Amino acid sequence: MNADDNRHAPAPAHAPAPAHAPAPAAADNRAPDEEPAMCFDRATLAYGDRVVWSELSMTVPQGEFLAVLGPNGSGKTSLLRALLGLTPLAGGALDVLGKPPRRGNPDIGYVPQHAGFDRDVPLRGRDLVGLGVNGHRWGFGRLSRADKMRVETALDDVQARRYADAPIGRLSGGEQQRLRIAQALVGNPRLLLCDEPLASLDMRYQQEITELIGDWSRQRRGTVVFVTHDVNPVLSYASRVVFVVDGRWAAGRTDDVLTTETMSGLYQAPVEVLRVKGRIVVVGEASGAGLDLDEPHHFPAPTGGHGAHVDRGGHA
Amino acid sequence: MIDQLVHLLGYSFVQNMLVAGVLVAVVAGLVSRFVVARSMSFAVHALAEVGFTGSVGFLLLGLSPVLGLLTGSMVTALVIGGMGLRIRERDSVVGLVMAFGLGLGVLFLSLYNRYATEAIALLFGAITSVSSGDLVLLVVVAIVTIAGLGIMYRPLTFATVDPVVAEARGVPVRLISILFLLLLAAAVAEAVQVVGVLLILTLLITPGATAERLTAHPGQATLVSVVIALLATEGGIVLALMTSEPVSFFVTTIAFFCYVSARLVEPVTDRLRAARGQ
Repeated sequence: MNADDNRHAPAPAHAPAPAHAPAPAAADNRAPDEEPAMCFDRATLAYGDRVVWSELSMTVPQGEFLAVLGPNGSGKTSLLRALLGLTPLAGGALDVLGKPPRRGNPDIGYVPQHAGFDRDVPLRGRDLVGLGVNGHRWGFGRLSRADKMRVETALDDVQARRYADAPIGRLSGGEQQRLRIAQALVGNPRLLLCDEPLASLDMRYQQEITELIGDWSRQRRGTVVFVTHDVNPVLSYASRVVFVVDGRWAAGRTDDVLTTETMSGLYQAPVEVLRVKGRIVVVGEASGAGLDLDEPHHFPAPTGGHGAHVDRGGHA
Repeated sequence: MIDQLVHLLGYSFVQNMLVAGVLVAVVAGLVSRFVVARSMSFAVHALAEVGFTGSVGFLLLGLSPVLGLLTGSMVTALVIGGMGLRIRERDSVVGLVMAFGLGLGVLFLSLYNRYATEAIALLFGAITSVSSGDLVLLVVVAIVTIAGLGIMYRPLTFATVDPVVAEARGVPVRLISILFLLLLAAAVAEAVQVVGVLLILTLLITPGATAERLTAHPGQATLVSVVIALLATEGGIVLALMTSEPVSFFVTTIAFFCYVSARLVEPVTDRLRAARGQ
């Protein structure tokens, strides 16, 4: 995982949980007794003395699409590692689908950043998806007939059958990411964690990959946690947002978090969230305020380009 | 020459040699796939050279050089595995451990006053000089190595080609790395018997590298790798018996020509693949 992601956040120790967005409205499309997909309760994550984020409290019901936003090094990847049970919390509690996080949870699928396979690696797309079925199991691991069927179905679901037998290193970035999604979904997870899956893909592929993930979430009521640097492609799907800056965070419904007040509190500097021609643009007074917005963040309106009206009802 | 070969095949030591060759080749062919995929050529080199130190040390104590080789490479595997597994630090850790190990080897050699035939044999390979006791040890080590690889084949493949997702899916990536280093140490101790410390890479790199050129199917690649290792080892032994020239020379030559041939046919396989729309 991307260790760089945590390198330069000079997180103040024990930053008070700030900028609380209004508590997420309960019980929209939830089954009455269903456990939430994840529940952070005053969770703090630290590497040694360095606190990445602290006292994070957020509950995400199943079926939601959570976008994890924030500048580089703000601990977005660490959040995924906590959910995967790879990095233990320094404080507080976390439940994933009603249970504490644990390594190798079969209910979790994982899509990494596109890193490009070596051109000569002897691996076909079909094999990559097969590893999603039983790659974690000891043994020689021949796939049963039923498992092979699951691989075929997963390949069909992402329309990747055509190039499933080609050496994976010779496929385009978009094709490789489709196979990644098939690999993550072949185990039939309830929670899909995506770590910058759009990075270094061109616009067309970004849209395709986002649609695959978003449609899976809608059709299967699967929960998505989507770490992204560029939020443009995902906001028409994202029902919730957690935005992390320098150890501070804001979580809630997309429209409640991406406001001038919340974002100013988060950056501890005057920041304006503008709704322009169906897009949301965050503008900071970078000079003087000591503000590092990294890159300008452009947020399209969640209503998908129909003006500045914000639908408060959510989009799950 | 053929007469000479047929005559020699009647001897039990020659038959033992061919049997040992099969075991070594199967181990080397299997392991080689992962050595290439994990970019561990340098580690192989270090395991073999410090293994050499181990065997000279054991000769000093009047013990079996084969056992010494195994001990030396196993200890090296543990030290490398314990000190650093991330790609960036691994390279330098392997280098400095190897340098220290070889330094010890120089000391042991100077203390070992007798004519160092056995030590020299280890450098260039001398399967002919393996005693029957050592042969039993080699068979046991080969069986353990093959069984170990069989048990960890799937998660090792996952951790090798796709380490980030493997970790996310709960594969104990670090444990697998250390276990593989230990298997590699055993495979090195095996292959050294045929080609020697200095030529070890011919059996632990070439088969896997050649297989990668020929197929993208992981199972087939493993099979091809084993077949090439068998061809080089058994072919090398037979040619050496026919000509009385060193086994190592023939093994390295056959392996090298396999690789070059694969490179030559690669454009053809690529075109076939393109024609099938893949």
